[in-house]
Amino acid sequence: MSEAVLEVRDLRVSFAHPLGLVRAVDGVSFSLAAGERLGLAGESGCGKSTIALAILRMIRPPGRIDGGSVRLDGVELSALDEEAMRRLRLAGIALVPQGSMNSLNPVMRIGQQIADALADHGLSLARAAFDARTAALLTTVGLRPGVAAMYPHQLSGGMKQRACIAIAICLRPRVIIADEPTSALDVVVQRQVMETLARVQHDLGAAVILVGHDMGLMAQFVDRLGIMYAGRLVEVAPVGQMVTAPRHPYTRALISSLPSLDHKGGLQGIPGLAPLLRDLPPGCAFHPRCALAAERCRREAPALRSFGESAVVACHFAETVA
Amino acid sequence: MSVLLRAEHAGKTYGPLTALRDVSLAIDQERPSITAVVGESGSGKTTLARILLGLEVPTTGRVLYRGEDLRTVGAAARTAFRRDVQAIFQDPYEVYNPFYRVDHVLTTPVRKFRLATSTAQARALIEAVLRAVGLRPEEILGRFPHQLSGGQRQRIMVARALLLQPKLIVADEPVSMVDASLRATILGSLRTLHEELGISIVYITHDLATAYQISDNILVMYRAGVVEAGAVEGIVTRPEHPYTRLLIASIPRVSMERNWVSEAEPVVAKVAAVGGCGFVDRCPVAMAECAEAVPPLYRTAADRVVACYRYRTAPELAAADLGTVLVGVAADDSRMCTAPNWIVDGGGF
Repeated sequence: MSEAVLEVRDLRVSFAHPLGLVRAVDGVSFSLAAGERLGLAGESGCGKSTIALAILRMIRPPGRIDGGSVRLDGVELSALDEEAMRRLRLAGIALVPQGSMNSLNPVMRIGQQIADALADHGLSLARAAFDARTAALLTTVGLRPGVAAMYPHQLSGGMKQRACIAIAICLRPRVIIADEPTSALDVVVQRQVMETLARVQHDLGAAVILVGHDMGLMAQFVDRLGIMYAGRLVEVAPVGQMVTAPRHPYTRALISSLPSLDHKGGLQGIPGLAPLLRDLPPGCAFHPRCALAAERCRREAPALRSFGESAVVACHFAETVA
Repeated sequence: MSVLLRAEHAGKTYGPLTALRDVSLAIDQERPSITAVVGESGSGKTTLARILLGLEVPTTGRVLYRGEDLRTVGAAARTAFRRDVQAIFQDPYEVYNPFYRVDHVLTTPVRKFRLATSTAQARALIEAVLRAVGLRPEEILGRFPHQLSGGQRQRIMVARALLLQPKLIVADEPVSMVDASLRATILGSLRTLHEELGISIVYITHDLATAYQISDNILVMYRAGVVEAGAVEGIVTRPEHPYTRLLIASIPRVSMERNWVSEAEPVVAKVAAVGGCGFVDRCPVAMAECAEAVPPLYRTAADRVVACYRYRTAPELAAADLGTVLVGVAADDSRMCTAPNWIVDGGGF
């Protein structure tokens, strides 16, 4: 893709653990076009949140980025010094972290928290200009301008989440990474927050990476979806294709584990447990839980192979599944 | 008909705040059923669960266990209640004391309720209930809570409830903190307990889709009151209350129809009108009288009620008792009389 805003190539992150090295992200590559919505889905512990943090170079010891490249508009992020990287966070790539509505400072008014974000990136505005900018930002995310004078405890969960989106977009970033932005909200509010995110993203022309495990939310929101398993991408495809014809057995299991509202009796889990990242089974990491597993799967890890123009799948039996 | 547990006009207020308003519900011992209680955060569903469990005393109305008020019930009946009605809570991390091995939550009820006469018998009983919820005892016993996954810990809680052979399990958001792939397994084990052992389950959740999958009945709550209740199939496929419709439309579905995220302005909820229907400020079809008084429950079919003035041509629910609307599974004699197969021989039941 020529007009890619974000290019991630062979990203690898590991955590040192007394019992062995934990490979949380193992050779993940993808690109993101301007204005595109990409989803990253998988079970807890599959490395999806770690990717979000690694893109922003926010992995802390005992974790470390072992290699790979992240380019924003052609600029290699690993080559930037700490100060340049700090300025790029929020201004270039903004993160709405998991549980971010609880990350607001409880003793600071919302307006002051937005002011902090702006000031930290060298934007000092006169009081009137700042107030106008804050009011416009809050209106964009569907909040009253008066919210600027309120404390987090005076807001509902959905309002706090919108305030976090307002902070994330205050410097008009090129990429917004939203890590489970609605996991603590009920469905009605979730829908409103996602509508808000869709609208501001459209206005800004920003690309979005949505990290989560709700396949329904993914199917309704993203353009392209990447499925993660044990630190690797196992399938990436346009979301419509993924929903109608998933090729990886794990993708199929994830989709069928979502309870349906259309017919009863479709409640099935994925047998077994996700493997320990420091002690992965040989061959394909999914083989102990896979109904299709054969001898080859126990020996040889499948590489990502292209299917058509836009899909990649890592399964020896991808042809037979679809 | 023998009623195990009956809430009569139960309500709960905390100072000026109404957490639960006038709910009447009977749980029949001979017609076990799974009843889901759905609603958003703050709608009163957890308050209802805690009142049924006797953990919260209602400010108005009362809760009867086998006909006796829970507030004045004697010691023997209270012990029986503690055994008949079991709880499973939301957080599979916080219910464990991290300093004890997980065996502790299983051996304590065996000791307190004298379920076994010897250590070997207790061990056999514990292993049997663990297997009944799909766990391998050798992987579980002797471990500390932090060594197990959230799904395993929650299934131990189901096993603990099962140990006491309860008549009713009140499960408050039992799967909201575990992965989607594990949810199905845990809910499946609850469904199995109901089907094989005839245990009634009150399943509190904000997830309408799982409620639809495992329950027979559903209660939809909004701002402290029940707005719609009845057999799950009819309510999910043909919702009547405007709030239930909104709730169902808000669930993101895995389908090719992408109609979920519209670019529309978000609806910002205002303050509820005092005295009227709680949903009036968000309702697309609200009428003048909706702001004046809380609508009663109208019985629009044998197996459903709805609290909305648009259905006022239907009769009001007699005594507002939801138990008469909810469907139960007819008691199967063979199931009720024979000991379930996981009980070890010579168990102290």
